[in-house]
Amino acid sequence: MLRASLLLLVLLVLTGCSGDWGWYVVDPTTKKGMTNLRFLISGLYYTVLLSVTAIVISIVLGLLVALPGLSKNRFLRGFNRVYVELVRAVPILVMILWVYYGMPQLLNITITVFWAGVIALALSDSAFEAEIFRAGIQSIDKGQYEASHTVALNYVDTMRFIILPQAIRRILPALGNQLVYMLKMSSLVSVIGMQELTRKANELVVTEYRPLEIYTVLLLEYLVLILIVSAGVRWLERRLQTTDRST
Amino acid sequence: MQQQAQQIIQMREVSKFFGSFQALNSVSIDVQLGERVVVCGPSGSGKSTLIRCINQLEIHDSGSIVIDGTTLDGSKQSLRAIHANVGMVFQQFNLFPHLTVLENLTLGPVRSGQQSKSQAQELAMNYLERVRIPEQANKYPAQLSGGQQQRVAIARSLCMEPKIMLFDEPTSALDPEMINEVLDVMVELAESGMTMVCVTHEMGFARRVADKMVFMDFGAIVEMSDTAKFFEAPESERCQEFLQQILPH
Repeated sequence: MLRASLLLLVLLVLTGCSGDWGWYVVDPTTKKGMTNLRFLISGLYYTVLLSVTAIVISIVLGLLVALPGLSKNRFLRGFNRVYVELVRAVPILVMILWVYYGMPQLLNITITVFWAGVIALALSDSAFEAEIFRAGIQSIDKGQYEASHTVALNYVDTMRFIILPQAIRRILPALGNQLVYMLKMSSLVSVIGMQELTRKANELVVTEYRPLEIYTVLLLEYLVLILIVSAGVRWLERRLQTTDRST
Repeated sequence: MQQQAQQIIQMREVSKFFGSFQALNSVSIDVQLGERVVVCGPSGSGKSTLIRCINQLEIHDSGSIVIDGTTLDGSKQSLRAIHANVGMVFQQFNLFPHLTVLENLTLGPVRSGQQSKSQAQELAMNYLERVRIPEQANKYPAQLSGGQQQRVAIARSLCMEPKIMLFDEPTSALDPEMINEVLDVMVELAESGMTMVCVTHEMGFARRVADKMVFMDFGAIVEMSDTAKFFEAPESERCQEFLQQILPH
């Protein structure tokens, strides 16, 4: 996959040599091209930091929302439903705008662009994480809870040592999906001025006016990033499978 | 032998409903410390529900259950009484598939604060030797045969050092050639003086180890008598019919 994308890049570069392409803006052999390229790639730091921080928070939040959804208590289940339905209904871009411009006014606080982006992405994603966790936990056989009861494990220990380790193995592909989704959605945080990949590309387009070449590089940046993440998730899946030979 | 028998399980007029279906209909039974009770009856007769009520996997709707002097009422104290006294072996083994055999055995004792990790491991290896599979300690459940898995499950329960062992059709999910290795372990356990309540269709095992036989139908105890009498002269017609159907011809 990585090789294929590199091949694509090379092909695009070669085609760029004739026709209307202007690869000079990002040509690493020239000083200006190299500076521009560095400028574009420098957004990687915030894209990754933002996405990873947001996914960690949203996984924790999702789990905390999922657990009441599995309760026998209907009020706790009601809380889970209301949270999931409400949060899921807000478009991510709207959430970003609301958290950055609206929430500080409501709570009388100031918020940095970075944390506004993290909170907005984490909130949006947590509803989906909650549903993934709920499905994963519900897929674990009732006998596992009963056996935990007979060896005197309390609720927290049962979840921590028995149910969640098995549930997480099952939902790992879905969690990987969410991380990929998060990396892509982090591009939306560019609208409030976050200096991540998309914002950098936008800024360079304004000064250089070569949108085709710059956005193509942007596209490839996301592609490479996400291919790396996918490979990582698959590696983790394989590793967990070898320590768990259950059927 | 103890002169005065100590009642460790006391069930009085216990009833249990699943919706409108009555799974247990005013069941009363006493079990003495060291006694071996085998419960049999047609499927759906309430055998499993009976023993699942003893460790509160099912909560009874009426009547009373007393374990080792503690009334089961859903309180923390009654939960402690169950955890301290009652072990259970399931038809489907219910081992923890993501943990090794040894981890399956030590998790409960360590997390409940009963034993240190090294104590728990030593005890676990003792019990694995008793069920004759110490060499499987570091394997995962899925790498073992059904009979071996069920023996691990028995050892896991024993590691909690219970006074009572409940067995819910422990051999029903096994291939025929593996039934005996599990029954052998259960016979040894019975001979060691463990209090046991077993739901099983293995009548040879019942004859060999049971002190008391219980026959259930439609959620009620139809017949309860000592083992010899139960097999030679069952009183009720339903029990006679049932025995005729399941005893080898």
